[in-house]
Amino acid sequence: MYATSYHRASSVEDAVRLRGTSDESKYLSGGMTLISTMKQRLASPSDLIDLRHIPGLKGVSVEGRRVTIGAGTPHAEVATSQAIRAVCPAICNLAGHIGDPHVRHMGTIGGSIANNDPAADYPAGLLGLGATVVTDRRSIVADDFFTGLFETALEEGEIVTAVTFEAPEKAGYAKFNNPASRFAMTGVFVAKTAGGVRVAVTGAGSDGVFRHPGFEQALQSNWSPDALVSIAVDASGMMADMHADADYRANLVKVMAKRAVLAAA
Amino acid sequence: MGVEGIGARVARKEDKRFLTGKGRYTDDMVVPGMKYACFVRSPHAHAKIRSIDVSAAKAMPGVIDVLDGKQLQADGIGNLICGWMVHSKDGSPMKMGAWRPLAHETVRYVGDAIAIVVADSSGEARDAAEAVEIDYEELPAVTEALSALEGGAPQLHPEAPGNLIFDWQIGDPEATDRAIASAAHVTEIELVNNRLSPNPMEPRATLGIYDEAEDHYTCYTTSQNPHVARLVMSAFYNVAPENKLRVIAPDVGGGFGSKIYIYPEEIVCLWASRKTGVPVKWTSDRTEAFLTDAHGRDHVSKVKMAFDADNRVIALKVDTVANLGAYMSLFSSAVPTYLYATLLSGQYAIPAIHANVRTVYTNTVPVDAYRGAGRPEATYLLERTMETAARELGVSPAELRRKNFIRTFPYQTPVIMNYDAGDYEASLDAAMQAADWAGFDSRRASAAARGKKRGIGMSCYIEACGIAPSAAVGSLGAGVGLWESAEVRVNAVGTIEVLTGSHSHGQGHETTFAQLVAGRLGVPIDSINIVHGDTDKVQMGMGTYGSRSGAVGMSAVVKALDKVEAKAKKIAAHLMEADEQDIVIENGELKIAGTDKTVPWFQVALAAYTAHNLPVGMEPGLKETAFYDPSNFTFPAGCYIAEVEVDPETGKTEIVQFVAADDFGNIINPMIVEGQVHGGLAQGIGQALLENVHYDPDTGQLLTASFMDYAMPRADDLPSFTLSHQNTPCPGNPLGIKGCGEAGAIGSPPALINAITDAIGHNRLTMPATPMKVWQALQPAL
Repeated sequence: MYATSYHRASSVEDAVRLRGTSDESKYLSGGMTLISTMKQRLASPSDLIDLRHIPGLKGVSVEGRRVTIGAGTPHAEVATSQAIRAVCPAICNLAGHIGDPHVRHMGTIGGSIANNDPAADYPAGLLGLGATVVTDRRSIVADDFFTGLFETALEEGEIVTAVTFEAPEKAGYAKFNNPASRFAMTGVFVAKTAGGVRVAVTGAGSDGVFRHPGFEQALQSNWSPDALVSIAVDASGMMADMHADADYRANLVKVMAKRAVLAAA
Repeated sequence: MGVEGIGARVARKEDKRFLTGKGRYTDDMVVPGMKYACFVRSPHAHAKIRSIDVSAAKAMPGVIDVLDGKQLQADGIGNLICGWMVHSKDGSPMKMGAWRPLAHETVRYVGDAIAIVVADSSGEARDAAEAVEIDYEELPAVTEALSALEGGAPQLHPEAPGNLIFDWQIGDPEATDRAIASAAHVTEIELVNNRLSPNPMEPRATLGIYDEAEDHYTCYTTSQNPHVARLVMSAFYNVAPENKLRVIAPDVGGGFGSKIYIYPEEIVCLWASRKTGVPVKWTSDRTEAFLTDAHGRDHVSKVKMAFDADNRVIALKVDTVANLGAYMSLFSSAVPTYLYATLLSGQYAIPAIHANVRTVYTNTVPVDAYRGAGRPEATYLLERTMETAARELGVSPAELRRKNFIRTFPYQTPVIMNYDAGDYEASLDAAMQAADWAGFDSRRASAAARGKKRGIGMSCYIEACGIAPSAAVGSLGAGVGLWESAEVRVNAVGTIEVLTGSHSHGQGHETTFAQLVAGRLGVPIDSINIVHGDTDKVQMGMGTYGSRSGAVGMSAVVKALDKVEAKAKKIAAHLMEADEQDIVIENGELKIAGTDKTVPWFQVALAAYTAHNLPVGMEPGLKETAFYDPSNFTFPAGCYIAEVEVDPETGKTEIVQFVAADDFGNIINPMIVEGQVHGGLAQGIGQALLENVHYDPDTGQLLTASFMDYAMPRADDLPSFTLSHQNTPCPGNPLGIKGCGEAGAIGSPPALINAITDAIGHNRLTMPATPMKVWQALQPAL
């Protein structure tokens, strides 16, 4: 790791101010990717501005079926939130299977989605739920937020403050772990929302998280794993690496989609 | 003293310090004035070095010096060597290419060390290492052994045309070919033994300290054999004469073979300490460990196993190509030859065996012994072949093995080894019973009803531990003897220090060696200290690898104890005015047999040191030394059974049960032995299902250079193991010990692959059987 200066921001305004003091600074919100990258000397920010301790970014609230999760909320808190579990257990289960206990107590929802790792779990959850990402400047719907591998709609210096969504009628998440990293080699989130069925896939697409319209239509008319059996998954858009080639990932997309529907019950 | 002696489940004495973070590892060592090293390493798999410019790096903050290979060579530091001479079948010696501790002409793998930066902090050393400017002329690279043998392949060493290190054989080729020609059935199979990275929990580290006033060097290092390190650094690398070099291997966090060898870093840090005048410490990071720790396995083999009409094996023919990487590591030549092909008879009476082994240079990190070292490769080959033969012959795999078991001992195989004792059927029966082999069909049916493919597979392994008679290994090319030393020092108050040349890096010697003494003398285990790992304390030793500490190291302690006991009895007899023949040792007392007349152990010790009243002519003191050279290898054997369920939708394999029935001879501490078996099984399961070193075949870049891509087994990848022990005591050593450190890693991979191939219904599967590969194997062939 190259030498860096650590700052703990006390508020969103403080974070923005701190960032303005250097051209080479980066926000930190758990650091589950950034710190590893820095250790490998692949990133060298002069300053790290830690958002994780800003009081206004922490905690969850559930009002009726409206769920709001502060950007600085660690995965473990989402996983164990009884309030969220009462209306949307699928997102608790998703959070409870991210990484390992260390990751779940350090990593945050804001950090995860702002980084938008193509194998991260939360992007599938948010896209599947049709969630809205709230920043210090605006609100962005998930369909517009995730724009590609490690790419989001966030502007320079923009800070995610919360994620909010309307709990769906049903939802489920199933993932198949990479045997080494335990990231999602394919993860599929399915949800029956007020706006219709949504199916979001992470870990598989060569352009990051994506929705599968064919699956969505099939499940819209028949909410059952069987509805997916005859629907083809195009391998051409899949990532390929030493752990899983495109054909295998395309297979996993369908298998995990079926299991997600089963998990949603 | 049944509660603390041999056979007792004594809790490990060393665990308190390990579990409370109080262990003292090499990286924990801090000495005044100590500075930090970073190595400049090749980013290319194969390149010529046109020039090295260290001027910018030397000007960086905190930098004390930057040293390169030309300076090292000018100071007379020698090249790294392989210490086991193997000759090709045409009589020519192996072709050892030059391995410079710091390369200055050619780099041959990604990670090859080029220069050392010494700086005030580790961070400054790293920053400066990036500022060393090296002009490379990139050369084409080759990473796979078979590719390296092809005409037109990139050539690594001028000494080794065609990248061939040696072309070696063992056994009788004519007799084997004749038997195959006459066979009723021949099973043919091609097998790949995948390449593994050792990944001990503690990465390698070293601290080199040069004392100018005394002209003396101290080397702290993560070594499994500090005395061999000192010997090699003195005799071959010209670092310092032995009396001027102290090597200390303190607590070491796992080795699995990878810490047997002398690497460039120890040598260079010692030399750099002299050049800079400051102590120099280097600690590997995890990616550096993937890049530079010696890898294991990496064989490709063709096998023919011939049967007569009665399904008896009449011949085995093996053609193996082994990848040794870019340079020959310390024992690399012995692993695919004398530690591999000599075990190809397995548990079976095979009258004719012939194995041909070619070893090859490639642009990869050197390959050497890794937990099992040759025996896992032999076992995988034999047991995959035996299982395949049973399927082809339409007979039970258990009955085919049973029919061919060796049943009389000693048994001379056609490939050097002479098995001293064993009862292979006992382990087979125990394993089959524990696994409920007979009930498998109904379990398979119920799995099928759940949409899962269930399979069962076995492996009957034999291995060779306790290496070995020094004269025998010497005649086969070893550069060292493989005995062990022990010194038993009884203090004046009766407490005891045992100095051993064995080295514990996870094996629990501080407990098991103390159990031996406690049981023998009847003194409390807490009154016994085990001292190891320091060349200034222990005079000489050969270290720990190949499951040799019990069979060889403890046997040396027995010999020293024999001498201590004889002298103590003489003193006790003198004190009690009795005949020494009548003295027995019981419960910490020396007693005149059949009487209640005793003298306590501590009083005998005190008498030895006060020397006020000793037998006429007896020297004071109670301290004895012994060297033990074994008469043979030992031969642990057993039967492992794996039962798996494959999810045909994802290809994921779940191990639903794993049974291990091992014959390790006599057991010192069953709890520690079970721990060794569990750990070995985890590593074998890792090889079978998860682990694989992956180099890009075009660029030679290591793609599995972190745990993000190298799949280490985790707790939830493993089932609960069902263990049992059979016992045919080893007749070759005083304790009847065979060794248990590697069996799990040796016997388990074929059992698993036999089970998975049973589940999927065909044999087209290589290790590791990842979900993708199993899923692919289940797709209709195109």
